[in-house]
Amino acid sequence: MSVQAPELLTLEEPGDLAVPGAPGVGSWRAAWRRLRRNPAAMVAAGVFALILFACYPGAPLWVHFVAHRGPDAQNIQGTIFSGGHRIPVIRNDGTPIGPGLRGQYLLGADANGRDLFVRILYGGRTSLTVGIASALLCTLLALLLALPAGYFGGVVDRSISRLLDLIWSFPVYLLAVALSASLVVGGLDLGPIHISSSSLLIPIFVIAVVFVPYMARPIRGEVLALRKREFVEAAIAHGAGPLRVMWKDIVPNVTATTLVLFTLIIANNILVEAALSFLGVGVSVLTPSWGNIIQEGYGTIVTAPWQTIAPGIAIMLTAISLNVLGDGLRDALDPHGLRRASR
Amino acid sequence: MRSGRFWLRRLSGLVLVLFALSVMVFVIFNVVPGGDPALRLAGRHPTPANIAAIRHDWGFDKPVWTQYADMMDRLFIKHDLISYQDQTAVLPTIGRAIPKTMSLAIGAAVIWLGFGVLFGVLSALNQGKWVDRILTVLAMAGISTPIFWLGAVLLYLLTFAWHSFPLFSWIPSGGYVALTTSPLQWAEHLILPWICLSVVSMGFYSRVVRNSLLEVQSADYVRTARAMGLSRRRVLLRHTLRTALIPLTSLFALDFGAAVGGTVILIEPVFGINGVGQYAQQSVAHLDLPPLMALTLYGGFFIVIVNAVADVVFTRLDPRIAVD
Repeated sequence: MSVQAPELLTLEEPGDLAVPGAPGVGSWRAAWRRLRRNPAAMVAAGVFALILFACYPGAPLWVHFVAHRGPDAQNIQGTIFSGGHRIPVIRNDGTPIGPGLRGQYLLGADANGRDLFVRILYGGRTSLTVGIASALLCTLLALLLALPAGYFGGVVDRSISRLLDLIWSFPVYLLAVALSASLVVGGLDLGPIHISSSSLLIPIFVIAVVFVPYMARPIRGEVLALRKREFVEAAIAHGAGPLRVMWKDIVPNVTATTLVLFTLIIANNILVEAALSFLGVGVSVLTPSWGNIIQEGYGTIVTAPWQTIAPGIAIMLTAISLNVLGDGLRDALDPHGLRRASR
Repeated sequence: MRSGRFWLRRLSGLVLVLFALSVMVFVIFNVVPGGDPALRLAGRHPTPANIAAIRHDWGFDKPVWTQYADMMDRLFIKHDLISYQDQTAVLPTIGRAIPKTMSLAIGAAVIWLGFGVLFGVLSALNQGKWVDRILTVLAMAGISTPIFWLGAVLLYLLTFAWHSFPLFSWIPSGGYVALTTSPLQWAEHLILPWICLSVVSMGFYSRVVRNSLLEVQSADYVRTARAMGLSRRRVLLRHTLRTALIPLTSLFALDFGAAVGGTVILIEPVFGINGVGQYAQQSVAHLDLPPLMALTLYGGFFIVIVNAVADVVFTRLDPRIAVD
């Protein structure tokens, strides 16, 4: 009966007729086919892959073969060849060189003569690492809270939901800023482990904690609904313990929702990292990140606007690609579940 | 009876949430090693005796829970909470800041609600056509914008780089003028901050409205209305839109609360508006606990109240949802 279910569904959702969701094709396979037919999502996935490539393996390659100058190498008195002329990186009046089609200083220099393009590549590493790592941590925390809340219900659910409400009613940016401000000053002592105040773990931790309710709430709702389904009841009647049921029967069924939320929350986290760094409580100023570069460039926006504009565009491109991809995944996986409801 | 109990429960929930928030902020700032306020209060070259005296005068030598009780007493009963940083009274400062933040947030809310719904309807009416595509791209761009960056770039372009261009020459480069002083200047000063604060929600709302309009397209009442010979446009505007706007109320409450209680911290410093957000940003920079405590509770209070009101409106609009 369960094998035939997707066919029943095609009656309810005409859009599915176009998809070969026939018996034998797994739901993940069908979702992948739907995703492949969504040009916007595929372009977005390509753009994001390109950004990942440019920042992780691309950054040192670019430095080694083209720019010959690391992200922190200052060059206040240097000159470069451009268009057959030798021009100073920083002019006498203090204006750094602007963007131009050349290997070095592709996007111009900052006030210290550092190569802005190289800094944006390395800054992207930081921003993407913070965004992805905090999204992973956030997902983990959200699952740890949402699974027992939805599964056990009752007191467990009520207390976890109140905790989420509490975080939720805290002004997000104020909470993030307050937490980071206090941690950035003294670091964090977790028993024997000391996390230094300039560690990337601090923004990762702060952002993950602040956005837990955004992921935990929808997942809890799904778990709550799944808990009452026959196959879960059957598993419990067969004597499976809570952990086993959660892991074997519930987690696989919330994976689609989690994956969509995960994609969207990475975009969100990258924006938040930039905001926190801009306010001076995010990533340590010693490490370039997209937010830090904007923050540094903002002081000289009048003479060197590209230093503010370029990293912002990098942030937007990344966030747009993730948001469009997340949207496409949502459509493809259909987490709101006509398919699942009739299984 | 039922609604009385509902409000009682809401209010007790509010008190609990605010209590928990205040404890959280207090704990966060009491674990800060570099945050010893006595050192800052003592000035540049303090003697140990000096510091000890200050510690005693301000009550930093008392147990933590006494300090907490003192702060709450000063905040809610005596109303004489004083900043550690510059020893100014906190509550009057917040009182002066609120109208500015409200001007910013309400104006932005009007923009994002109005344009968000408008763009959503236009998108749904033209589903799959180029208007829909362009609006979708714009909405995605809006959701993905770092708003402080947008503010900085707009400010640079419109008030510096292109300032001589007649279209933009009237835009002031930051600051705030009270509505009662000059409504025109008030709006002129706030137009860029309004846009920056509204882009994210505008993009989000237009997507939500579009999708919920298209979702109910196959509902029975829509089919009936179409079968009666009403045009697609008429059905959408007269029948579907009303239903689609209901879920927007709780969304709006969340976003408005978040804007007033937090997101302004990203906009106000960029535009030099000395509202609640800028005050919060400065207090964070100085690790100044009293204003942060007051501001967090103000923000949390606002968010909880707005959400409670939205829940009531929500249940009125959609009777299918029982009061909890």
